[in-house]
Parts: sequence; C-alpha cells; structure tokens
Amino acid sequence: MTSLPKNPPKKKLGLVIDLDICVGCHACAVNCKEWNSGGHSAPMTDTEPYGADPTGVWFNRIHSFEVENEETGGRTVHFPKSCLHCDDAPCVTVCPTGASYKREEDGIVLVNADHCIGCKLCSWACPYGAREYDEDAGVMKKCTLCVDKIYNPNLPEESRVPACVSTCPVGARSFGDLGDPESDVSKLVAKRGGYDLMPEQECKPTNKYLPPRPKKIGREGQAPELVPVADSSAGVIARWVDKFLSA
Amino acid sequence: MHPAKSVIFFTTASGAGYGLLCLLIAGNILGMMPGNFWLAFTGYAVSYVLIAGGLLSSTFHLGHPERAWRALTQWRSSWLSREGVMALLTFLPTGLYALHHLFFADMMQGLMGLVGIIGVICAIVTVYCTAMIYASLKPIHAWSNGYVPAGYLLLALMSGLLLLNVLLALWGTTETSLQLATLLILGIGLVWKIIYWRFLDGSKSISTPESATGLGEFGTVQLFEGPHTEANYLMKEMGFKIARKHSAKLRLITLMGAFVVPFVLILLSLLFGSVGAGISLVLALLAAAVGLVTERWLFFAEARHTVGLYYGASHA
Repeated sequence: MTSLPKNPPKKKLGLVIDLDICVGCHACAVNCKEWNSGGHSAPMTDTEPYGADPTGVWFNRIHSFEVENEETGGRTVHFPKSCLHCDDAPCVTVCPTGASYKREEDGIVLVNADHCIGCKLCSWACPYGAREYDEDAGVMKKCTLCVDKIYNPNLPEESRVPACVSTCPVGARSFGDLGDPESDVSKLVAKRGGYDLMPEQECKPTNKYLPPRPKKIGREGQAPELVPVADSSAGVIARWVDKFLSA
Repeated sequence: MHPAKSVIFFTTASGAGYGLLCLLIAGNILGMMPGNFWLAFTGYAVSYVLIAGGLLSSTFHLGHPERAWRALTQWRSSWLSREGVMALLTFLPTGLYALHHLFFADMMQGLMGLVGIIGVICAIVTVYCTAMIYASLKPIHAWSNGYVPAGYLLLALMSGLLLLNVLLALWGTTETSLQLATLLILGIGLVWKIIYWRFLDGSKSISTPESATGLGEFGTVQLFEGPHTEANYLMKEMGFKIARKHSAKLRLITLMGAFVVPFVLILLSLLFGSVGAGISLVLALLAAAVGLVTERWLFFAEARHTVGLYYGASHA
C-alpha cells in the first residue's frame, strides 16, 4: 500500500555515516553498483557506458563539499548520500499505484518494479534526490538497503550488512537498528551528535550523519610552519653545510 | 524542474476542457445558454476532446503506460491518484448532463440540474487535484504554496471563458455579459501571475546547502566536486535551469499572450460588429493559448528542487 505503515515500524534499519572518517574513495558506491546489479532492483542500467555521454542508475553517490570559515579556514568534507529510509517518506505517499512502499517490519523503503508506472513523481517528492529513474526499464529505482543481502542466510553472519558498509575501507559506515536506543548505531549517534539531513523538510530520515570532529590546529592554535634547515640547535653536518653554502 | 511537453499539454488542455465544461453546464442550469443545439454540441465535443486528449497525453510520459490503471488505487494518500479517479468520475455526471442538455432537455429537469451541479463540482475538484500534485511537493518551493491551486483553477476558468466566447462567435452570436466576465477573469489572472512572480523572486526554500549537508555549524557550504563527471537523472530532471534573460522574455510573452493581448482584443470585440468581434475573439483565444502554454512551461522551468543543493545550487 502507498500509505505509510499504520503501526510505525519499531525496527528502523538504517545507516550511520561518519563524515569525520570518510575519505571520499567511492568504494561504497562502486560496491553498491556491483551488488545491486544482481540484486532486488537489478539491473542498474547504464546507458552508453562506453560512449561520449555515459549515464546510469546509482543508489549511492559521493559528493564532496567545501566548508569555508574565516576563523578556522576551509575544510573538505566527503559526503556519501543514498536513500535515508525516512519515517515520513513523501516518496511513498505520493505514489499513485502503491508500487512505492515502506516495510512495517524494518522500515525499509522499496519499489515494487512490477507495479511502478514510471511517473517519476516519487523522485520529485524526495528532497534528497535518493531515487533514480531507469530509462531502460521504465521504472523508478532506489537503495534497497541491500534487503537481499542483510537477511541472506546463505551468507556468513558478518556479511549480512549492506554492500556499502561491508566494503568501506575506513569504517565510515555503520549499519543497524536505529529504532532501538540500545543498539550500537544508536549509541554511536548519541555519542557523536549524529544528525538528520534537512530536518526542515519533515521527512524524519532514519539514516544519520556524524559531523566531522573539530579541526586540530597546531599546538597553540597555530599551524606548524616550515623552519630554516639550520639554526643554532641544528646538528654538526647541517651547520657545516650551512656554513659552506653561505660562504 | 524539467518541463515535459506531455505534462504541459495535459495540464493546459484538460484545464481548458474542464473550464469550458463547467461553463456550459452552469450556463445551461442558469438559463444563460442560447438554445442552439450545435453550439452546445460543439461545446461539449471540444471539452471532451481537450480533457480526453490531455489525459491521454499525460500517460505518454509514463515508463509503463499499460499499467496506468494502477494509478487509480491509491487515492487515500496520493494527489496523482485522486486526480485520476476524479477525472474518470467527472465523465459520469457531466456526460449525463450533456446528454440531457442536448437530447432530453424536457426530461427530469430538477434531477438533472442536481446532476449538473455535481458534475461542475467534480470538474473543479479534478483541476484542484491536478494542482495539488504540484502544491503538495515540499522540496519544490515554487510549487508548495497556495498560489498554485488558485492559479490552476483561475486559468482553467479563464481558458474556458475564452473558448466559450469563440464558440458563441462561430455560431453567430456574442454575449456581452460573457465578454465582460472574461475581461474580469483576465484581469484577476494578470494580477495573480504578477503576485506569484513577486513571491517567487522574493523568497527561497527554507533548505540551504548548510541544512542539506548539516555542515552549517562549520561554515558556509559549497560543492567542491560532484559525485560523477557526467550529468545524471537527478540533474536532468530536477536540476533543469533556465537562463535569466530567457526567463524575463518568456515572462513577458506569458503576460502579453495570456492576459494583456486577450484583454485588449475582447475589449475591441465589444466595439466591433459580428464579424470583427468574431475575429478578435478567435485571436484572443490563440494569443491566450500561446501565453498559457508558455506560462505552464515556466511553471516547471522556474521551479527549483532541493536536490540541486547537492549539485552546486546556492539556494533552492
């Protein structure tokens, strides 16, 4: 059904993304594409992949932002973004066919590709741009939170996490039940001040982002500067070289 | 937002169709329609061609038009579904009333009057549902406001009035009260459009690059590098941008075509004899058609989506 579940899901599976750790390597996006090319919403169509104007469906995209601050200077923040599996998902309620739905058992938002008419309205309703239309299949596609991986009994227990989480080389992505305040991810969010993207859009996203930690600037608030090779405390050879070159 | 031709045609054509349909039914109930069978017949025919043509064209942009019937199922939550349901429902009372009007004018007048009123209400609700598809989308600041449903209803009525004037002229009559009503609605439409653009130019979305990334506490946020080297679906569909100089010209075409030129031509039609009046009413309709299609194109092209904030837009 298009309406949101009558009983709001107690279990809210989602991701916690640590912007302090992410190095912007795009491995999560690549493994997402790899797993989902054979997964629940396969294929992840590419149009003209080797042509002049390649374009295709991705469930996860890594943006990089520059944050300017006169006092503390600028910093670059790598910013992975995929579906946030919102509590109040507008992409679900606008769907005229019921193809777009939110699961009552774990809060995952999915598209039933057999019912989707490809009207694209759900992608308009999502403030985050989490949905991408597959021109070839004529249906909307989106992150499934690897629903076909996280419950897969054929996989070893530790592999039952979304592809983006299992592949992240620096551990910037965590997966778990954000509806349970005692879960590891909920504790992590509480400890690090995890936040919602665009709370003013009132979608109540499940996924949380952890802010970058304050930047360290030297010992006394001054960035270390380059110093001359030789001063009075330099070693014998350095002083000798300095003397030789200064002559 | 990307202006899809099929949706622009659908919303303008079906709006005009519903406007004309309402006027035909309301005019007959109030006894203001001339008793000319062919006038009424062509009136209903034009309405239904515009409505059905619009509905049909709206399915062209679907990925799976053959599944369009499924869109009738989720009226509890979806304005798009409500619009589909209402569009189909409206055929029933309006169709019955049209048959009554054309062929069985003497039968069950009281009951059919009630059916006609229900038909008019259904038609108005259908246009309202169309508008609410857009007005309910919070990420799009240009759409998520009360001006949008008001405008859709107003422009449907306006194009219906312009059509009815032409139909009357084609059957050799003019109706001064109808021309005056058209002038009034054209004037209100012009004021509405100017107010809407002032709102659009003077405000922006509550969402910012800072709120989109949550990095506002660290400073001002701007895109450093996009996720991919090529444009993607989101950028093409939601990131559609129109040059400011083009938008200024198109706004002028909208103002002149949709409102000012038809206003002047209808004023002239009041002064001219039958042939001259007829010509100026036809020209008024043609100018309005150009103006209203431009208006609807701009409605999409000028609308910015919050997803742009992730792709380098400084505001949405």
